[in-house]
Amino acid sequence: MNRIIEKLKAPKKLLSIYFTAGYPKLDDTVGIIQSLENSGVDMIEIGLPFSDPLADGPTIQDSSTAALKNGMSSELLFNQLKNIRETVRIPLIVMGYFNPILQFGVEAFCQKCQEVGIDGLIVPDLPADVYNDSYKEIFQKHALINIFLITPQTSDERIRFIDCISEGFIYMVSSASVTGSQTGFGTEQEAYFKRIHAMQLNNPQIVGFGIKDKETFNQATLYAKGAIIGSAFIKMLTKKGTNGISTFINTLR
Amino acid sequence: MSYNVNDKGYYGEFGGAYIPEMLYPNIEELRQNYLKITAEPTFQEEFHALLKDYVGRPTPLYFAKRLSAKFNTKIYLKREDLNHTGAHKVNNTIGQILLAQRLGKTRIIAETGAGQHGVATATVCALMGIECVVYMGEVDIARQAPNVARMKMLGAKVVPAKSGSKTLKDATNEAMRDWINNPVNTHYIVGSVVGPHPYPDMVARFQAVVSEEIKWQLLEKEGRSNPDYVMACVGGGSNAAGAFYHYLEDENVKLIAVEAAGKGVHSGESAATSILGREGIIHGSKTLLMQTNDGQITEPYSISAGLDYPGVGPMHAHLYKTGRAEFIAITDDDAMTSGLELSQLEGIIPAIETSHALAVFNYKTFKPEDIVVINLSGRGDKDLDTYIKYFKL
Repeated sequence: MNRIIEKLKAPKKLLSIYFTAGYPKLDDTVGIIQSLENSGVDMIEIGLPFSDPLADGPTIQDSSTAALKNGMSSELLFNQLKNIRETVRIPLIVMGYFNPILQFGVEAFCQKCQEVGIDGLIVPDLPADVYNDSYKEIFQKHALINIFLITPQTSDERIRFIDCISEGFIYMVSSASVTGSQTGFGTEQEAYFKRIHAMQLNNPQIVGFGIKDKETFNQATLYAKGAIIGSAFIKMLTKKGTNGISTFINTLR
Repeated sequence: MSYNVNDKGYYGEFGGAYIPEMLYPNIEELRQNYLKITAEPTFQEEFHALLKDYVGRPTPLYFAKRLSAKFNTKIYLKREDLNHTGAHKVNNTIGQILLAQRLGKTRIIAETGAGQHGVATATVCALMGIECVVYMGEVDIARQAPNVARMKMLGAKVVPAKSGSKTLKDATNEAMRDWINNPVNTHYIVGSVVGPHPYPDMVARFQAVVSEEIKWQLLEKEGRSNPDYVMACVGGGSNAAGAFYHYLEDENVKLIAVEAAGKGVHSGESAATSILGREGIIHGSKTLLMQTNDGQITEPYSISAGLDYPGVGPMHAHLYKTGRAEFIAITDDDAMTSGLELSQLEGIIPAIETSHALAVFNYKTFKPEDIVVINLSGRGDKDLDTYIKYFKL
């Protein structure tokens, strides 16, 4: 069974961490993944850096620029992850924009993902409709779950459609924003969390964007299965380096 | 073969809307409404009244006698440089501001490279009394001070894009991020025939007034509405799209798209996207773009700030791929020389973007009886600094 689906059955709120591959240092990828698993993180999103990350705020943009400057590429990432399944058991998801995947070749990219043991993909600028019409078979052939996003502006009808074509969880963007621009959750978010919860979707939801500490994690997971921390984790890496990982994760639980 | 957009938003294999889910409601709202709203008689009436009384349309189609004599062919200049704000850009911003009003939007955002589209957007926002925020790369802000000042005088807020290479593509990213953060009250006025569907088609339709006028103006002057050639420079491609629009399906009219070769197509400092680019996704559109093997978007170079966009609109990618249009790349040096030449032969100082199209006469021979229409997309005032430095004036 796909590791994501298995993990979603666990009777607890899931903590997922995003980091940009190749940051702070080019060869940090494997070390970061191992530290995160050892610290008790449930799932990891490995960010494939892109020159023009439309949906990301300054923190992830800067980490992407730095990672590219360090020399990160799709090819290199797959090389770094070659033996990752010898030590790591939690679900691994690659998050990347569509153009680098398209240049690698969608089929070749998916095959590489499967080879190294990736369980799913998040491709923010590959719309659900285009995926469903053109790429679904390729992803499925390589046992990859594609994760879709919903936002507070997504209509109920479209949420139902996305729920219908989703296979793991739905990535619930907490507010109308790019990554890292939130300052906490207010009544608006709570109403949105409740509204989605009340829709009783087939797929569990994991909340992302704006989660940075224990408080926001607890708020986000009150109605959802889990939450994703990205920018706050990158900021910590920038300040404290990879040695700060376990301390950071411990403050969240 | 059709050269127009299909109902799914594609020109052949190019186009579409590769956008994050956060932008889906905005783009969907536009897609569902742009044709309906722009077809309304009250919209058309207001659009054309503003183009006439505010912008100063129709712009002349001028027979360039001395230039024609020099190159032994019949050259007409479509004088978009005589529009209010000095370029074709305003045709599109007038159209989009009217659309934004009808969609109930109260805030406008835009991206700009050299500042021409930013000025055209700030202008229509002042005209309508709507809040305006223009994103501009930090590098461009430093080198285009007069246009930054213009936008400020017009009441717009100019926000520096500090990410990536700090130029046009990054300004576009920042504008899209702003739209993600403000999805309900804001309309994004994209400045060229780029971006997710329906932008390329919508902008092309607003710019189509250029070829609509060429048709009747040429009929008046030459007794036929179709020239042998229509030629225009291409960055993102909006002035070319406007000049080509009503001739796309008429293959007797040959189309020539002129790109910026910078210091030479293979010099490493070029913006000749059709030659150097590969298929991929930029700013929500599948098209040709300059990128690394790994799919990272690279920074183009041209002496003209309006042509250094790493992509090209999906319509133009399709025209290139199908061979409907001939693509020619012109270097900085050739463009500058031709800009000076037009100034001295016809008393018209062109924008450096336009100068690229003029330089084609040095490389391609036309028959004496050929009628060649060039879209003179903008005036050269904004480029004086560059001309001064280049020619040590």
